Amino acid sequence: MCLAVPMKIVSVGSDGTGVAEVSGARHEVRLELVEDAAVGDYVIVHAGYAIEKLDRAEAEERLALFAEMARRERDGSG
Amino acid sequence: MKYVDGFRDPDAARFLRRRIEAAAGRLAQAGRTVRLMEVCGTHTMAIARHGLRHFLPGNVSLCSGPGCPVCVTDAGYIDAALELARRGVTVATFGDLVRVPGSAGTLAEARAQGARVVVCYSPAEALALAREPDAAEVVFLAVGFETTVAPLAALLRSAVAAGATRFSMLAALKTVPRALAALAEDPEVGVNGFLCPAHVSAVIGAVAYEPLVERYRIPCTIAGFEPLDILFGLVDLLEQLADGRACVVNQYARVVRREGNRRAQAAIAEMFEPVDAAWRGLGVIPGSGLAIRERFGAFDAERRHGVAVRSGRPAPGCRCGDVLKGKILPHACPMFGGACTPEHPVGPCMVSSEGSCAAHYKYAR
Repeated sequence: MCLAVPMKIVSVGSDGTGVAEVSGARHEVRLELVEDAAVGDYVIVHAGYAIEKLDRAEAEERLALFAEMARRERDGSG
Repeated sequence: MKYVDGFRDPDAARFLRRRIEAAAGRLAQAGRTVRLMEVCGTHTMAIARHGLRHFLPGNVSLCSGPGCPVCVTDAGYIDAALELARRGVTVATFGDLVRVPGSAGTLAEARAQGARVVVCYSPAEALALAREPDAAEVVFLAVGFETTVAPLAALLRSAVAAGATRFSMLAALKTVPRALAALAEDPEVGVNGFLCPAHVSAVIGAVAYEPLVERYRIPCTIAGFEPLDILFGLVDLLEQLADGRACVVNQYARVVRREGNRRAQAAIAEMFEPVDAAWRGLGVIPGSGLAIRERFGAFDAERRHGVAVRSGRPAPGCRCGDVLKGKILPHACPMFGGACTPEHPVGPCMVSSEGSCAAHYKYAR
């Protein structure tokens, strides 16, 4: 039930609502629980509400770490 | 490569498996078997779906915790929702709840007999329904942990601001850290480490687990829901145990901040107040629930409609309670897969797709 989906904000309205996109589908989302949500930000959406922003730098760092683990596994240098 | 593939790379999974084996090996040398608990139902589902239990050596077990909100909701709550439906109120709910058995029947059965039961993806749909001209009274079944409580707080604030007159919530909201403390204290459960939920933690922050670590010296690691996130979380817990450490580690920093989401926390504190709550399987845990604050009583379905949530009767022979405490795995229940299946669930853990029994039935039978 706490499954929440990362979506990219494509527009922000004046009333705390916005439109966010995932897999090409657009959804109306409420943005009042996150600070300074802007177009281009990724947010975690649960039950129609953005509950937190996704930190892209952290995500990329983690992906790089997993890629490095995979590389070491393939090279047998674990 | 798609973004998500990087969190599912099989070579990285093999790398993490070797780290799991190394840490478990150190524990085995010290003669230790350890028991970890994945607290969150979404973790339960991901672990079953990706077969991650097979990554664990013999001296490490992973049990499911009470982190499926539908599963821990007391049968008496469903009874109160059924009572509201019988009175002609429109009952709006997340889909998982409609097939959960109360003491006598489900909301799906009531709907088949003519009750107005509406399934919503977002609770905002329920408020919109109540604000339509000539709408009937609408009660939203407010069930969930902090992840869901935050949107419900925002919604309730909108309802108050809009002066909605035909909208209320039947609250069975729960907070995770208190339940973890109750589990940590229970010697029968015997958990050595918690794999902490991803999106509950986004709201409450890593800081919320610090008292647990201080008081019970139990490692708490927050992990995301992708397979590599989960494996890395398990590596972290096992390495902490092998090193004799106990700390809060946030392995989901792309979403979870140490302090959590302050705005969401403020909304929750404004609209709700802590109360004792009954958890199916765990009993009453002091201060582990949230009720609508008295000044918003007009939006509290119990007060507005004069219904009371009383303790309900679980189905005879149902062992969801033991599953929710991590005391048994689902297939140890005599009804699992026979008398109780996803098509004909007896207990709530078989109803919700993220219930332990449903996840085991689907992926791990």
